[in-house]
Amino acid sequence: MLPEELETQIRDMLGDAEHGREKIVDIVYLLQNHYGYLCDEAVGHASRLTGMTLVEIEELATFYDFIYREPVGRFVIHVCDGVVCWMHHENDIFGYLCDLLGVGLGETTPDGIFTIMPTACLGDCHNAPAMLINGRFYGKLTPEKVGKIIADLRENAEHTPLCLCR
Amino acid sequence: MSEQVLLKNKREDGQPASIDDYRESGGYEALARVVRDMTPDEVIQTVLDSGLRGRGGAGFPAGRKWSFVHKDAPHPRYIQPNTDEMEPGTFKDRVLVNTDPHLVIEGIILAGYAVRASKGLFFIRPSYESDASLIERELEVAREAGLVGKNILGSDFSFEIDLHRSAGRYICGEGSAQANAIMGNRPNPNKTGHMTDNGLWGHPTVVNNVETLASVPHIIRNGVEWFKGLAATPTGDGTKLYCVSGEVTAPGCFELPMGTTLGDILFEHAGGMLPGAEFKACLPGGASTSFMPPGQLSTPMDFESMKAVGQRLGTGSIIVFDKKTCLVQATINMLTYFARESCGFCTPCREGVPYMLHLLRRIEAGEAGEREVRILEETANRMRHAYCGFAPGAAAPVQGLLKYFRDEVREHLDGRGCPFEGPREKPKPGDWHVLDREEA
Repeated sequence: MLPEELETQIRDMLGDAEHGREKIVDIVYLLQNHYGYLCDEAVGHASRLTGMTLVEIEELATFYDFIYREPVGRFVIHVCDGVVCWMHHENDIFGYLCDLLGVGLGETTPDGIFTIMPTACLGDCHNAPAMLINGRFYGKLTPEKVGKIIADLRENAEHTPLCLCR
Repeated sequence: MSEQVLLKNKREDGQPASIDDYRESGGYEALARVVRDMTPDEVIQTVLDSGLRGRGGAGFPAGRKWSFVHKDAPHPRYIQPNTDEMEPGTFKDRVLVNTDPHLVIEGIILAGYAVRASKGLFFIRPSYESDASLIERELEVAREAGLVGKNILGSDFSFEIDLHRSAGRYICGEGSAQANAIMGNRPNPNKTGHMTDNGLWGHPTVVNNVETLASVPHIIRNGVEWFKGLAATPTGDGTKLYCVSGEVTAPGCFELPMGTTLGDILFEHAGGMLPGAEFKACLPGGASTSFMPPGQLSTPMDFESMKAVGQRLGTGSIIVFDKKTCLVQATINMLTYFARESCGFCTPCREGVPYMLHLLRRIEAGEAGEREVRILEETANRMRHAYCGFAPGAAAPVQGLLKYFRDEVREHLDGRGCPFEGPREKPKPGDWHVLDREEA
């Protein structure tokens, strides 16, 4: 069961839309943030509420970058692997993050706070190397800077509100 | 500094211009004039006369695209402002939206008026969530001011703007794939008709990049001759947001006359090369354009001048490479990106892009000879048979590499491997040892 508030929010969203299906990505985002990732139960709710088939939802979920069909941490660390960040030694950032958090790419820390993901060019090339966490850009990264960002996020993990496209 | 048009309301505190800032600089005057004094056809003719060309990469004349929507075409009609901006090296739309959101909003409304559309669906990538929230907030401000919604400024023209948040994929920058995304379908491209006839929900739809749309209010307000006069070349139109990134001292987004030469952009505005670095090549318009060698630094950066030297302006996002960077490795990075982002709908792209990547990796490792280089070239040339523009774009850096830096490619061949090893060795793309942890 979904909390009544979320169920109503989604139903209203569908009711206001000219074509209900155009809201599917927004609905998936809401469900994903509620469950932490787009679990089977969430896919089921998306299907029930929109009338789309499970396969149609799956078709979208497996297509997009920011939809997670497997559990991810509270904060997904999107490290840019575009060509500009690459020439600014982005792999050092991957290496440092993996060592610091003790996980590989695509893996989540045991405390459930962080997942590291390589991501398409973020559009922050003038600040390369860059990463995006919870809707916020962090640029001109160095290992020291990354260490501080991670420590700050970890300390405030519970109080930091999550953005829709995380 | 040359005349600032699109970024003229840039605030010193880095905050986006408010509606008051925008109005003080003449904002929404064009809209007021248009709904009062101009017919939609006159708006289209003005934009046509201005020579404004699409800034999203293809450079198609904006007025002509609008004129494709026939007078008797069915309603509702849609505008699809594009801020997907996933082309590597490109960040101009983000800068533009964050500098002057109402300029973008006014441009969208004017496009809506020109083709008698009733709705705009602003498409934005998930990495730009802060921009999406900003646009949502400012749309509400515009709505309250009677600039968006029913009977705009008391006229009989009504136009609504909705925001569509993407969940992220490069192919969504392609107009018809983007339409599928908005409609809640898997975003494969759809080339069965033209968007202006058969776009969103089968209705006429105009897809424009937001930088293109942001020029429209200025053209209406200041006139066609003024707009043409902004350009540095007779073939240019207005100003252009050039993004510069890579091994330069002052990377950033610069608004300059369209047709400013590549050399001036890099060495006058972007501060020249980093200490110890030497210009080797650049990509002029994102990762889906060809490399440009030093001999082309004097090329004016407008659509026609670039075409004349066999290049594409693309998004005007210049990525600069240093002498010590291996361009085979750089191309591997970009092909890794394209192989991952291919939607997989058509065979040339789904199979061809990873095959080019495979051949490049073999070249880089010294496991290839002239034969593989020829196969790579042929594969790249055949990408034009793909269903949409994605694969030819992915092939462009490969073609540039083989055309201008073939000697560098050759140095890798027949067991020699990468000649760029040494103290400043770059990490190799895809070389994420952590990925193989479980297998190890």
